Amino acid sequence: MPERIDRVPVREQDPKVRATNFEEVCFGYDAQEAKREASRCLACKKPRCVEACPVSIKIPEFISAVHKGDFEAAYQIINIDSSLPAICGRVCPQETQCEGSCILGIKGQPVSIGKLERFVADNAMVNGSKASSIPAKNGKRVAVVGSGPAGLACAYDLAKLGYDVTIFESLHKAGGVLTYGIPEFRLPKNAVVEKEIQKLLDMGIKIETNVFVGRTVTIDYLLDKEGFAAVFVGTGAGLPLFLGIDGENLNGVFSANEYLTRSNLMQAFSNEADTPIFRAKKVCVVGGGNVAMDAARTALRLGAEVTVVYRRSEKELPARVEEVHHAKEEGIEFRLLANPVEILGDESGWVKGIKCIKMELGEPDSSGRRSPVPIQGSEFEIETDCVIVALGTKINRLIADTTPGLETDKTGRLLTNQTATSRAGVFAGGDVVTGAATVILAMGEGRKAAAAIHKYISG
Amino acid sequence: MYKIIKKEQLTPLIYSLEIEAPRIACSAKPGQFLIVRPSDNGERTPLTICDYDPQRGSVRIVVQIAGVSSNKICMAKEGDLLYDVAGPLGKPSDFMELPEKELRSCRYLFVAGGVGAAPVYPQAKYLFERGAYVDVIIGARNKDLIIMEDEMRKVCSNLYICTDDGSKGEKGVVTLLMERLCNNGDAGNSGGGKYDMCVAIGPMVMMKFAAITAKKLGLPITVSLNTLMVDGTGMCGACRVSVAGQTMFACVDGPEFNGYDVDFDEAMRRQTLYKKQEQQANAEAGLDFLNGRK
Ligand SMILES: Cc1cc2nc3c(=O)[nH]c(=O)nc-3n(C[C@H](O)[C@H](O)[C@H](O)COP(=O)(O)OP(=O)(O)OC[C@H]3O[C@@H](n4cnc5c(N)ncnc54)[C@H](O)[C@@H]3O)c2cc1C
Ligand SMILES: Cc1cc2nc3c(=O)[nH]c(=O)nc-3n(C[C@H](O)[C@H](O)[C@H](O)COP(=O)(O)OP(=O)(O)OC[C@H]3O[C@@H](n4cnc5c(N)ncnc54)[C@H](O)[C@@H]3O)c2cc1C
Ligand code: SF4
Ligand code: SF4
Ligand code: FES
Repeated sequence: MPERIDRVPVREQDPKVRATNFEEVCFGYDAQEAKREASRCLACKKPRCVEACPVSIKIPEFISAVHKGDFEAAYQIINIDSSLPAICGRVCPQETQCEGSCILGIKGQPVSIGKLERFVADNAMVNGSKASSIPAKNGKRVAVVGSGPAGLACAYDLAKLGYDVTIFESLHKAGGVLTYGIPEFRLPKNAVVEKEIQKLLDMGIKIETNVFVGRTVTIDYLLDKEGFAAVFVGTGAGLPLFLGIDGENLNGVFSANEYLTRSNLMQAFSNEADTPIFRAKKVCVVGGGNVAMDAARTALRLGAEVTVVYRRSEKELPARVEEVHHAKEEGIEFRLLANPVEILGDESGWVKGIKCIKMELGEPDSSGRRSPVPIQGSEFEIETDCVIVALGTKINRLIADTTPGLETDKTGRLLTNQTATSRAGVFAGGDVVTGAATVILAMGEGRKAAAAIHKYISG
Repeated sequence: MYKIIKKEQLTPLIYSLEIEAPRIACSAKPGQFLIVRPSDNGERTPLTICDYDPQRGSVRIVVQIAGVSSNKICMAKEGDLLYDVAGPLGKPSDFMELPEKELRSCRYLFVAGGVGAAPVYPQAKYLFERGAYVDVIIGARNKDLIIMEDEMRKVCSNLYICTDDGSKGEKGVVTLLMERLCNNGDAGNSGGGKYDMCVAIGPMVMMKFAAITAKKLGLPITVSLNTLMVDGTGMCGACRVSVAGQTMFACVDGPEFNGYDVDFDEAMRRQTLYKKQEQQANAEAGLDFLNGRK
């Protein structure tokens, strides 16, 4: 039995300092800290953590390698199951996945699996470890549509199998939500996301940006005219939902996607960028997921006083626990059990406040969460000059509408069977199939699709 | 990177650029637009596809300097590279769905305000080449802002010009010409008064009044909305407009909408969201002469 020590704390930027900059909040472990934290793992025979990881990373094995100080071996072990460990180590909701099931969590604190994974991946990047050698090409071409985690993971696995892969991305930069959605202070772009993408380029994968499939070219065109043997669709769920209440088109109301895209993709927080971002004194963010936390903490860093309005209670907040904790530390106020009913404007059409109604929790709904019910007559107003709506997203129908024979459900999600769509040669995975989910699930689906595509092509 | 293969100055503030973009040239249709990002830290700037040539693998845009980004695009030289050109975006014009046989008996009235002549051009050309009857009104503040006159004349039955100050064509605004053409017919017009459809493209305020006028005349009207945009692919909602009481995204549901249904006052207000920052950016870039203009 290893000696029982407490979870090794991870060093972070001071909340007061980080509230004014966009640098990464968490510094991560150094080698000493990682080894010490790794020593806590019991190397369970039937590891519950592995069962709870959507891609079944061999957690005790890699942690044991870390414990021994063989970080390269640890990296290779992780790499069998995940192609984006530096990213997943940072953004996975570990508390509901691997760490949430860790045996040590029953009585005390689970092993810091995410932080260890991140350490191993960062260390490998610094040392320039190659994930795998460049394979010989098999002469078959596959097109990947969308460069989010699903597309990247699919392309990576196909390239490892020798396929000639081209990724088509509608924006000017690859990465999907990793690039346009999740902010720098959680997921550094140059140091992490771009390095992961560079790994793909080094393997000979081509990325063609500014190609909006369905408009610039169609899936049929790629299959029939450009000689691709199969297509993977990983276009995400990018269309923002709005509240549908009065005042939503006032000046000063934004979707979180717009706000975050301006700040992340267009770098509007920097004075060097031409793209403007709305700098408000007070910002009210509606929603309780990761997207809401990211928008709130971005607004805070741009100098605003920020309130998050969420209709359920703290327990139900869907965001990662770490993000909620960080947001609170940074001084973001939470108005829980409250729901907006109207956005209020001044005479010239700019936001001046938001009218909310208090909620209480009723019976559990179909999702198993207790559903919020408005308390009659409990309306109250919050003064604010900006409202950011972070209610979730739905699927852009463009690909389905421009690809004959591609079936979707009512909400536009592509229907698949083991990642194969209703069209021969067309596969899909990630948010476009599941609806807005997580990076690790999207990545896992992308890898599953790569295997299915290989089977389809090699017969 | 996308090479500028030809550049022309049309007026002191308006330039025409032909850009190498083979994929877009093959799929572009009238009514669609591009997103152009001129430089590394540049904005994603929406611009209508004014012409496209699949053989040459090029598309043409006509750009009016309105601020920092349009200025960057216009100041690029022949042979220079633009960082990003994405498209074609938005839905093609409605008439693209009509069979050519039907187009032959259609009568269209186009109303172009200033640089709006550029987006009108590919539509008029498409229809005129297929035998439709096409009248075009180009209106501008003064003669220096009238563009594409000769080219337009080749793709329409009659071209009418008006300026606010009377420096070219008739003195007055486009809506006066619209009314006259519909009510009285015109000397050059073989049979005024019987248009099936009007298409108005120009400044938001012009489209608003064109829509009011068209409604008065009982003439259906399509407008093309130049809202603020970021991605142009339906991902951000910056371009949202109220159409018949419903929220629409101009970049994917439009940019063309039924002119009767658009809430123009809201759309105009939303265009001013970044006015302060734009003016400051213009001043810093030495473009303060633009701030006095509408
Ligand atoms: C702000 C924010 C924060 C998040 N935080 C977390 C987190 O902390 N942890 C977590 O696990 N998950 C988080 N998520 C969710 C996670 O990012 C997504 O589930 C994941 O990115 C989905 O991956 P994907 O590859 O399916 O799609 P995306 O990442 O959405 O990528 C799709 C890509 O396809 C492109 N595309 C779309 N249509 C076309 C087309 N027609 N042609 C060409 N390209 C196209 C898009 O531009 C985009 O680049 C967050 C999401 C957001 C928005
Ligand atoms: C679908 C569409 C098609 C367009 N086609 C053309 C065209 O063919 N030729 C042309 O010259 N212009 C066109 N525009 C307008 C053009 O995009 C803007 O003039 C340009 O973005 C202004 O940017 P700027 O930085 O130069 O000026 P800014 O200083 O940013 O703005 C100057 C003025 O332009 C308005 N504006 C700013 N950004 C946008 C934007 N993204 N879209 C619309 N208006 C904006 C502002 O409200 C302001 O009044 C089109 C716009 C759209 C949405
Ligand atoms: S991929 Fe995510 S869930 Fe799996 S071990 Fe890593 S952090 Fe945990
Ligand atoms: S459950 Fe916890 S202790 Fe057991 S192997 Fe997994 S990380 Fe180690
Ligand atoms: S420009 Fe972003 S949704 Fe239309």
